[in-house]
Amino acid sequence: MSAVTAEHGHDDHHDDHAHGPEKGWLRWIITTNHKDIGTLYLLFALAMFFVGGAMAMVIRAELFEPGMQFVDPKFFNSMTTMHALVMVFGAVMPAFVGLANWMIPMMIGAPDMALPRMNNMSFWLLVSGVLLLASTLFMEGGAPAGGWTLYPPLVLQTGKALPFAIFSVHLLGISSILGAINIVATILNMRAPAMPLMKMPMFVWTWLITGFLLIAIMPVFAGAVTMLLTDKFFHTSFFDAAGGGDPVLYQHIFWFFGHPEVYVMILPTFGVASTIIPVFARKPLFGYSSMVYATASIAFLSFIVWAHHMFTVGMPIAGELYFMYATMLIAIPTGVKVFNWTATMWKGAMTFETPMLFSIAFVVLFTLGGFTGLMMSVAPVDFQYHDTYFIVAHFHYTLVPASVFILMAAGYFWLPKWTGHMYNEKIGQLHFWLSTISVNILFFPQHFLGLAGMPRRIPDYAIQFADWNMISSIGGFIFGASQLLFLWIVIDTIKGGTGEKVTDEVWEDAHKHGLEWTLPSPVPYHTFSTPPTVIPCDHN
Amino acid sequence: MKKTKQLFASATLVTLGLQSAHADYALNLMQGVTKVSNDIYDLHMLILWVCVFIGIAVFGTMFYSMYHHRKSRGHQAANFHENTTVEIIWTIIPTIILVAMAIPATKTMIELDNVQNSDMSIKVTGKQWYWDYEYLGTGVHFESHLDAASEKAHRDGSDPHGVPHYLLNVDRPLVVPVGKKIRFVFTSADVIHSWWVPDLGWKKDANPGFINEAWTSVDKPGTYRGQCTELCGRDHGFMPIVVIAMEQNDYDNWVKTTLAKQEEKPDLSDLSREQLMANGAAVYLKNCVSCHQIDGAGAPGDYPALRGSAKVNAGVDPLIGFLQAGTSKMPSFAKLKDNELAAVITYIRNAPELGNKVGDEIQPKAITPVYDDDDK
Repeated sequence: MSAVTAEHGHDDHHDDHAHGPEKGWLRWIITTNHKDIGTLYLLFALAMFFVGGAMAMVIRAELFEPGMQFVDPKFFNSMTTMHALVMVFGAVMPAFVGLANWMIPMMIGAPDMALPRMNNMSFWLLVSGVLLLASTLFMEGGAPAGGWTLYPPLVLQTGKALPFAIFSVHLLGISSILGAINIVATILNMRAPAMPLMKMPMFVWTWLITGFLLIAIMPVFAGAVTMLLTDKFFHTSFFDAAGGGDPVLYQHIFWFFGHPEVYVMILPTFGVASTIIPVFARKPLFGYSSMVYATASIAFLSFIVWAHHMFTVGMPIAGELYFMYATMLIAIPTGVKVFNWTATMWKGAMTFETPMLFSIAFVVLFTLGGFTGLMMSVAPVDFQYHDTYFIVAHFHYTLVPASVFILMAAGYFWLPKWTGHMYNEKIGQLHFWLSTISVNILFFPQHFLGLAGMPRRIPDYAIQFADWNMISSIGGFIFGASQLLFLWIVIDTIKGGTGEKVTDEVWEDAHKHGLEWTLPSPVPYHTFSTPPTVIPCDHN
Repeated sequence: MKKTKQLFASATLVTLGLQSAHADYALNLMQGVTKVSNDIYDLHMLILWVCVFIGIAVFGTMFYSMYHHRKSRGHQAANFHENTTVEIIWTIIPTIILVAMAIPATKTMIELDNVQNSDMSIKVTGKQWYWDYEYLGTGVHFESHLDAASEKAHRDGSDPHGVPHYLLNVDRPLVVPVGKKIRFVFTSADVIHSWWVPDLGWKKDANPGFINEAWTSVDKPGTYRGQCTELCGRDHGFMPIVVIAMEQNDYDNWVKTTLAKQEEKPDLSDLSREQLMANGAAVYLKNCVSCHQIDGAGAPGDYPALRGSAKVNAGVDPLIGFLQAGTSKMPSFAKLKDNELAAVITYIRNAPELGNKVGDEIQPKAITPVYDDDDK
C-alpha cells in the first residue's frame, strides 16, 4: 500500500504544476475532471432532492386531512407527476452517476473517465433537461399532470407544457445515454491491468450492468415520448384508437423502459451496500461471484417482466400468467443478495458508524419493499393492490429507505475521502435515527391505506382514511426536516468537519477493501496517472 | 427545545385526530363478498405469512449477528466467504416456495379471467369524471356522478366530516342482483379510467376505443363502494362507484321503476325564478362544475371562465345551441332534458356565486331542439 501512495504523491506534485483545476468559477463549467464532474452531479442531485422533496411536502400537506385545503386538484396532479420526475431523473439517477464519476476511476485504478469531454456534456445536458422540466410549472395550463408515466390519452390533455416536457425527457435521455456509455467504456477499457473483471469492486460491477440497462432502455423511452409528440402535433395515431392505434401500446413501451429503469435506481445501490457492509463487518463479502451473477440475473429479468405494471389493463390470460411467473422469479436473485449481506455480517466484528447504520437500514427496509413486491407479483391479488397506496408504499420503500438511504450511506462513507475531513458522527447518527424512524411513520401506514381501499394519486379522500394519512404526513414532515441535517453535515464536512485529520484509509483496514482507500485523503486532483500494480481484493 | 415542543404538538395533534375521526379504518385487505374476492384474500394472507416468516428468519439472523458479532463486545471477525452448499440451499428453498405459491395463484387467475356463461351484461363507460352504466339488452342506461353533498363539500372547502360517505357516494348507484353471474364490459369515452370495488375483489381498466371484460357474482345483498383507480385528470379523486346488490325480486322491481322513470316525459311547465335557480344549481354542480368550477372562474389554460363570459351573458338562443351541440373542447349537453337545460342556463346567467347578473329567466318551453338525442 505504501508503495502505491508514495508513487502517487510524486505524480500529484507533478500534476499540480501541469494540469491543476482551472481557477475561479469557470472550473465548474468547463471541467473534464471526473472528480469535479462527480461533485457537480452529487450537488445537483442533492439540490433536486430538496426540490422534489418540497413537492412531496405539498402532497403530504394536502393529504394531511380530508377535504381540499391548499391546492387545486390539477396542481396536486402536477405535484405528484413532477415529484416523481424530479426525484427519478433529477435526484436519484444523477446521484448514482455522480458516485460513478467519483469512484469508478479510483476503484479501478484509472486516471479519469474514458471520455472526459462527453462527461462534461452529459452533466450540462442533465441540468438543461431538468431546468426545462421545471420551467413547465410556469407555463399556461401548468406542468404535466398525468403522472410520471405520461400515459396517453391523458398526457395529451396537457397545456402548453407538453412539447417542453417531451423535449426535456429527450435531453435527460441523451444525458443518461452519454453518461452510461462513458461508464461502460471506462470500466471495460481503463481498468488497471492487474484487475480482471471478476476482481472488480461490486460497485463497479453493478454500474457496468446498470450502464448496459440505460443504453438499452433510454432510446425506448425517447421513442415512446416522440410518438406522443407526433400524436399530439402531427396527426399520427400511435396511441389513438380512432386512428387505429392503441393507448395500451404506450404502456407496453413505457414499461419496457420503466421496469429496467427502476432497477437502474437500485442496482448501484446493491453495489454500494456490498462495498460498505464488508468494511464495517471487517469481513470479506460473503459471495462475490454469486452477487455478480445475481445482479446480472436481476438485470436480465428486468427486461421480461414489464407488464406486471399492467395486470389490470386487460391482457389475455396467457400474458397475465407469464408475467406473473417471470416476476416471481426476481425474488430468487434478490433473495440471494439479502442472504449474502446477512452472511457477510455473520461472525464479523461489526461497528456501527453512520454509513453502516444506513446500510443496515437499507437491507432491512429494502427487503420489506421486496416482500410487498413479491405480494404484488401474484397477478390475481394485484387486481386488488394495483394503483392503491399499497403500491405507493412498496415503491417508496424500495426508493427512499433503499436508494436514498444508500446514497446517504455513500455520502458519509466517502465524504472523508473526498474532502479529507471527518463528518460529525453524532449529528450523522441523529440524522440516521430521525430518518429511519420518520421514514417508517411516513410509508408504513400507506400499506394499510392501500389495503383498506385508498387509490393513489387522489388529492382528497374518504373519512376512513383520515387517521393513517395524518400520521403519514407527520412522518413526511419529520423526514423532510431531518434531511436538512444531512445538508448541514455536507457543508460542515466540506468546510472542515470535526477538524480531525482523516487517515488515507479513513475506516479501519479499509485499504483491504478497495483501491480508493490507498490514495491520500483528500484525494488529489489527479490520481492513478500510472496504474497501480497491487490490487486489494478481499475475495478469492 | 423548540423541536421538542413541536414534536409534542404534533403528537397531541395525532391523538386528537385519532379520537375525532372515530376509528372506522381497516388495516388489512377486505375479504369481500364474492368467491373470487375470498380466494384473493386467502392468497393475500398466504403470501403475507410467507413474507412474515422469511422476514423473521432473515431479520432475526441479522439482529442476532448485530448484537453478538460486534467489535465492542470483543468479537473477532471470521474470514469465511463463498460456500456453495449454503448458496444452493438459499436458491432452492425460495424456488420451492414460489412454485407452491404459483399453483393457487394460477387457479385464481384463471377463475378471475373466465367471463363465460354470464347471466347478464353491464357496459361501463368511464368519462371525465363520472361513470355511465348501460344494462345491455334491458334498456336501463344512466350516469352515476359523485353525490351533491360530497361535491359541494370538496369544492367549497367545508369540513367533510359530517358528509355521509364523503367522496364514496353517488347520485345513482349501480344495482345488481345477488347470486347471478354478471359480466361487465368496460370502455372509456376519453382517457383511461379504472373501475374498482374492493369488495368484488378486482379492478379493471376502461380504455378508450377498446373493450375489457370482467365478471362478478355477489353473494350477499349490501352496498359496496369503490373509486376510479387510474389517474384520469383533474377530478380523478371525485368519481366514486357504488354497487347495491339486492335479491332478484327487488332487482326486478328496480329495473321496472327505472325503466318507467326513463320513459317519463320531462315536465315542461313554467317554473318560478327560485325553482329555476335551485334546479339549475343542481344541474351545474353535476355537469359543469368540474371544468368551470364552483365560482365560475374556470381553470386558466384549460377551461374558460363563465364569470363575465360574453357567450354566457349575451343572447339566449346561441347559448342554447352551443350547449346542445358542444364543441371540440366541450361535450354536447343534448343529454340534458329541456327543463334541466333551461334551469342551468338561467343559473349560469344569474347566479351571484358565478358573478353573472343578466336578470332574465329561461323557461323549459324556450328550449328549441337544434340537436336531437335519442335518449331524450
